[in-house]
Parts: sequence; structure tokens; C-alpha cells
Amino acid sequence: MAEAAVPALHDEQHHEQSFGQKYLWSTDHKMIAMQYLFTGMLMALVGGFMAYAFRMQLAFPGMDVPFYGIVSASEYNALVTNHGTIMIFWVAMPVLLAAFGNFLIPLMIGCDDMVFPKVNRLSYQIFLLSAVVILGSLFVEGGGFAGAWTAYPPLSAKAEYSQTPLGSSLWLVAVALEFVAFLLGGINFITTTMNSRAPGMKFYDIPMVVWMIVIASVLFLVSVGPLIAGAMMLFMDQNVGTAFYDPDRGGDPILWQHLFWFFGHPEVYVVMLPAVGITADVICVFARKKLFAYKTVLYTAFGTGVLSFTVWAHHQFIAGIDPRMAHIFTVTTLLISIPIAEMIFVYIATLYGGSIRLTTPMLWALAFIAEFLIGGVTGIFLGASGADIYLHDTYFVLAHFHYMFYPIAIIGTFAGIAHWFPKMFGRMMNETLGKIHFWLTVIPFNVIFIPLFILGLAGQHRRIYDYTNFPELAIQPLQDLRVLATVALLVMLGAQLIFLYNFFSSMFKGKKAGKNPWNATTLEWTTESPPPHGNWAELPTVYRGPYEYGNPDREDDYWPQNEPV
Amino acid sequence: MSATPIATGRSTSGIPTGRLAVWWVIASEIVIFGGLLISYIMHRLAHGNWAEQAAHTSTWVGAFNTLVLLSSSLSAVLGHKAADAGDGKKAAKMLYITAFGALTFVCVKAAEWTFEISHGYTITSSTFWSFYYTAAGLHALHVIAGAIIMLIVAQAAKRNQHLNRVELIGLYWHFVDLVWIFLFPLLYIAK
Amino acid sequence: MSEEVHDTHHGNYVKIWAILVVLLAVSVVGPMFEIRVVTLVTAFGVAIVKAYLVIKHFMHINHTPRFIPYLVVTCLVFMLLFFAAVAPDVMNDTGSGWEKPAWVAEEKAWAAGGGSAGDQHPQP
Repeated sequence: MAEAAVPALHDEQHHEQSFGQKYLWSTDHKMIAMQYLFTGMLMALVGGFMAYAFRMQLAFPGMDVPFYGIVSASEYNALVTNHGTIMIFWVAMPVLLAAFGNFLIPLMIGCDDMVFPKVNRLSYQIFLLSAVVILGSLFVEGGGFAGAWTAYPPLSAKAEYSQTPLGSSLWLVAVALEFVAFLLGGINFITTTMNSRAPGMKFYDIPMVVWMIVIASVLFLVSVGPLIAGAMMLFMDQNVGTAFYDPDRGGDPILWQHLFWFFGHPEVYVVMLPAVGITADVICVFARKKLFAYKTVLYTAFGTGVLSFTVWAHHQFIAGIDPRMAHIFTVTTLLISIPIAEMIFVYIATLYGGSIRLTTPMLWALAFIAEFLIGGVTGIFLGASGADIYLHDTYFVLAHFHYMFYPIAIIGTFAGIAHWFPKMFGRMMNETLGKIHFWLTVIPFNVIFIPLFILGLAGQHRRIYDYTNFPELAIQPLQDLRVLATVALLVMLGAQLIFLYNFFSSMFKGKKAGKNPWNATTLEWTTESPPPHGNWAELPTVYRGPYEYGNPDREDDYWPQNEPV
Repeated sequence: MSATPIATGRSTSGIPTGRLAVWWVIASEIVIFGGLLISYIMHRLAHGNWAEQAAHTSTWVGAFNTLVLLSSSLSAVLGHKAADAGDGKKAAKMLYITAFGALTFVCVKAAEWTFEISHGYTITSSTFWSFYYTAAGLHALHVIAGAIIMLIVAQAAKRNQHLNRVELIGLYWHFVDLVWIFLFPLLYIAK
Repeated sequence: MSEEVHDTHHGNYVKIWAILVVLLAVSVVGPMFEIRVVTLVTAFGVAIVKAYLVIKHFMHINHTPRFIPYLVVTCLVFMLLFFAAVAPDVMNDTGSGWEKPAWVAEEKAWAAGGGSAGDQHPQP
């Protein structure tokens, strides 16, 4: 098949598309990417608002929180539960995996769309339904589910404990629908990348962000199965009266924990890998240097993926699991820090000696590396089961995983948006506003969570709405830390208005971008900004790797992948 | 609405896109059923007294349903053979036979469950029965979904269209058969 | 695409089906001897053989690129890993520092009476 010569434009190009066809039920991967991106951004506002409400309660217990009201004990639990659930499943995954995956994969591998455009559309529709269900669950009688995003039974299984019979079931249904949406989407990504690459694009010519998104999709696919089974069983315990997790009637609540975390741990790598991939692409472009050890990064990503299936019970060290298992999981957990550290070393080596340009995307990528590193080392304390006996369920854990998730879901996302915005919308974002937003986000982020490490070490337990009942925790120095963290959160949330303004005003009034404003080498920069339906009039052919920067034999400091030799 | 993208026709991996995708679907289903069945096996091995409950499942009904599914796998693969030879009408006929097998399976199961429930073995009777109905029920949902897709593929195949999809739905169907091949001893024989 | 090559991969499917049916019969007859090992071998051993036949002859796994069998095996290996790590907690009724009283009581009653004192009795 002579793909290069066959025009990729479809029939639709020749007739007007209605508003619905173009925006609402499009099968074009770029439009679906936008749908996921905007839905994810909206859900981020919801999740962020929840964080605002519960942090205000913690800093000023009993206050009437502006725009919310008084946070009761049960409302507090519902807020933290849904904050976590929404941020992971309706913000991090749709933006990092679905939005960037959908937008970038066909463009970076040089084809005209995903291999199953209608399945792609269906995946978004199911996802949208899941978002409606989770939001709806907050307003039903009894309120939203409040048993933590980990939903351990019997709290999550028995209405007499959870007090939210309807909310609990709707929460479960929403999560299950989201899983189905991402299974469908993931299979599309994997199949497209395996089969539809441009002629000449071998495995090692694939940009790292595409690899990472595909590996993440594989990890998700293999790990989510047991939890889908477990969720079915929990739903039946909630609504049919079965006893899968009731030890008094032949079941076992620890089974749920294992089923949940067998997925839950690989899941953090599902969101981490795309952010790591975005960082790789951004630092190569703005250090004008090829990735220091492409194959090493790739193989460590594979290794991390496999190892990620062997560490899950470190979330259950004090749940009463067999101590011999705890020994094994300590070893595997500490081991998994090695490949990830390897990736960070490679990135630092990539930057070393590069011609660094501190544009907004580069600032975000550098912040990702630094902050993620801090989060990673705090994980070592938690991975050692002995130390975890003290630290489990304290704010130390919470600060650790926010130091992982925030760089992943917020910093990584902003790096990706700042970098690919010109390609998505055909215009440049404002650099000055971008940099102000960057500093007003990253510095407050640290001011929020470093106090939480200290509070955790002081023994402050999670999921408690008011520490005034705990005399040793209600002392002034600790309360001051809580207030400090909350004030930093307010500053950080306020700074997002700068981003929103920059994002939307640049979309309509930004400087026109042209095809390749960053002088980058990968295929997406060889077509129009934004790309037309079908992406290219003539699909490209690839002649070299994705990061050919700074080649001494060339006049330009970059060598596009599709330029013939 | 949209024409098939050029992307769908490429096969850099050496396996056509549709078939590749179905194998990934099968991989995801292996872990879904795997999680459920392993949960069941762990409980079953721990509760010696479940054997007494399991004695109330009918081995003959289970065996008959196994025969039905095995035979429907035969018709599915014969449909694949016909589709490869370009004979859309025969492929469609084979798919209709397979779908009829699915219908038989579901009807037998419905009768079986009606009998069991009317004798007091409901989903809440004991955790054995909870697993029994959940596992077999999840499987039956896959049987029904597979049969519906099969009929849709058969409609197109009759007109010699999309013949490659006959193999794809067949692949999925064999997987559904495989799950039952393990469910049968787990639920019906181990007593 | 390799559809032409595909034709030569079609073997005698009816013969495979006949073998499967015979195996099914074996797995039904085996438990009738009421010897535990025989039951286990005929029930699960046959299941494994049947699965192998279906995967090899009906699903043509030998004619797919190698990574597909690797993918399937990987999924199965992860399922085994899951079993190995979870069984010490879920399959036992006592552990280091905990017990499931209802399970313990049930097993005692069953072992003692050979009956089902701990089970909920089905309602006629």
C-alpha cells in the first residue's frame, strides 16, 4: 500500500459538517482529545473546590466556608473521598492518558486517525456518562459516598455503616463505567501504535511520550480486571445482600483490599508514565539535545511496568497481612525505586551540556523532575514496612503521594499543555503569564505539602475532620502548619485563574503559531496548526529517530524525522 | 459517517488491526475472569463445607451446556473457514448456528437457575452460591453480548461484506467457550 | 494482508470437536469413581487439555506473531502471582494475631458433624 501517495482527506472534507458532527459526536481523534481535555479540566475545578472546602475546615474548624457552608463530619469524609476519586479517575487519567494520547498518538506516528474512530467516540461517551454519574452521586439522598477512595468494606458494603446507600452504589457504577471507557480507549491506543506507524518508523523511532502512553494503557488493561471483578462483588454486597466481603458469612474484607491494590498500585504508574513521557519530549526540545539513553528509558519503563505488579501490598502493611508477605513486598517496593531513579538520571544527563531555553513548558518539565524526585525519596520510608507501622495512615503518606500525583497530574499536564497548545489551537500562549502562573503554582505547592510531612511525622492521622478533639495534635504550632498549608492552597488555586485566562484568551487572540514554533523534530510539527481532518494531505515517511537535535553535520540544530536523507 | 482511516489498514506488527484488537480484548477479559475465579478458588479451598453446597449443582446440565458451547465453537470456526474462502452466505449460516447455540445455552441456564432458586439456592443462600451466580452470570452476559454481535456480523457477511469480522467474533466466542471450560469443573464437578 | 496464507491453516475442525467431546465425557465420568485424585485430574486436567486444543486449533494462536502467546501467558502468570500473594490472607481462617471466628466455627461444625451446621440452610 503506497500510503505516502494516497491522500488522507476523507469525504467529509467535501461537505459542511454540522456543529454536532464537528464538535459533539466527532470521530476525529483530535476533537475527542479536546473533549477529554475540557471534561478533565472541569472536573479538576470540582476536585480543587473540594480540596478548598476541606482544607478550610481543617485550618479553621467549624467555620462557615465561603461558597460552601459548614463542613460537617460526614460531609468532610465525602469531600476527601470524592476529591481523591475525581482527581485520579476524572482528571489525571482523562487528561494525561486520554487527551494527550488521543491528540498525540496519530500525529506523532504519522497516520490519519486512530484505528477505530467510532470506538474512540464511544469511549468518550461512556466516560462522559461516568462523569455525570459521579457528579450526580454527590446530590442524591444521603449524599455522596464517604468511605475513602479505597472503599474498604464493610464501611463501603453496608449502608448501616456508610450512611450513603445510594451514593455508595452510584460511586461504584461511575468508577466501573470509567474503567470500561479507558479499556476501550486503551485498546485503540495500543493497536494504533502497534500497527499504524509511518513507513520507516521502527520501535526506537517512536517518541517517548507515545511509548509511555501505550505502556500505561497496557498496565491499565492488565491490572484493572481483578478490580472489575471485585467491584461487581462489592456492588452485590451493597445491593443484593451477598457476603463476599463479610467474614461472618464466609467472605473476607481483605480480599477487597488485595483486589483494589493489585490495580491501585499499577494505576499510579499508569498516570506517572505519560507525565514522564511528556517531560522527556519537552526537555529534548528545549535543551536542543537528543535523549541521553533512549533505550535505557524505554527498558526501564518496561521494567517499572512489570515490577509495578509486585509491590501492591505495601498499601496493606498494617492491615494484618501475612508478615512474610510484608517482607517480600518491602523488598520489591524498594527495588522499584531503582528504575525510576534511572529515568531521572537519564533526564538529568540529557539536560547536561544542553542549550537550555527556559520557556514555560521547559520550566514545568524541570519542576516535574525536581518535585517528583522529592516525592520519590519520601516513598522509601513508607516502603520499609517497619517505618510504615508508624507512618501508615498519617499525613506523611498523604504528603508523599501528593508529591507524586501533583507533579504527575498538574505539573506534567501544564508542561504538556504549554508545549502542545500551539499545535492544538494554532496560537501561542502568553509566555509572561505562563511564567507567573508557573511560579505561583509550584512554590505554593511546596508550601502546602511540606507542612503536611511534618504533621504526619507528628502523628496526625488522615481522614479526621477536626483535630481539636486530639489534645496532642491540637497544639498551636501544629495548627499554625495547617493554616499555612491552607493559605498556600488558596494562593495556588487563585493562580489558576491566570492559567484559565491565558488558556482561553490565547485560543482566540494569541499570536499565530505556524507549523513548528519550537523547531522540534517529531512528526506532529510537520503539519498545520491545528492539523486538518486527516492530519496530512500526504502521510509522512520517517527516516530517523525522534530526538535528532544538535547534529554537528547540519546547519540547523534539529533534523525533522520526515526529512529525506 | 466516516470512511475507514488509512490507519486501520496498516499492519506494521504483522497482524491485521482487527485481530490484534480482539486479542487485547481477550487479554483484558482473562484478568477480569481470572480475578473473579481466583477469588472463588481461594474461598473454595478454604471452606471444606462448600462441597456440600456444590453437590446441588447439576453435573449433567453443566455437561450439556459444555457440549453446546463446544459445538458452537465448532460452528464458529467453520464460519471462519467459509469467510476465508469468500463464501459469505455459508459464513453467515455458521454464525446463525453459533448464535442458536448461545440461545440454547442461555435457555438451559435460565431453566437451571429457576430450578435451583425455587429449591432455595439463591444468590444469598451461602457465599458459594454468591460466587456461582456471579461467575456464571458474568459469563452468561458475555454469551449474550457475543451472540448479539455475531448476528450483526452475520447480517453483513450474508452480503459478502466485512468477512474479516467473522474470524474476529469467532475469536471472542472461543474465549467465551474457554471461560466455560474452566467454570464447568470449578462449579459443577469439584464436589 | 495474509488472507491467502490463512487458508492453508484450516485443519480438520470436526476431528478436534470430536476429541473435545470425548474429553468432556471423561471429565463427567471421572468423578463417578469418587477417588479424589482421579476427580481432580479428570476435571481440571481435561479442562487444561481442552483449553489447549481450543487455543491452538480454533484460535490459531500458532499463526499469530509471538508476542500474542507471550501476552496471554503474562496475564496468566500475573493471575498466579495474585493467587500466591493473596492466598495466605484469604484462604486461611487464622493468621498471626487474627482469626475469622465465623469461619473457624463453620469448619469445626462441618468437621465434627460431617454436616453443614454452620451454613445457612436453603429455604424449601
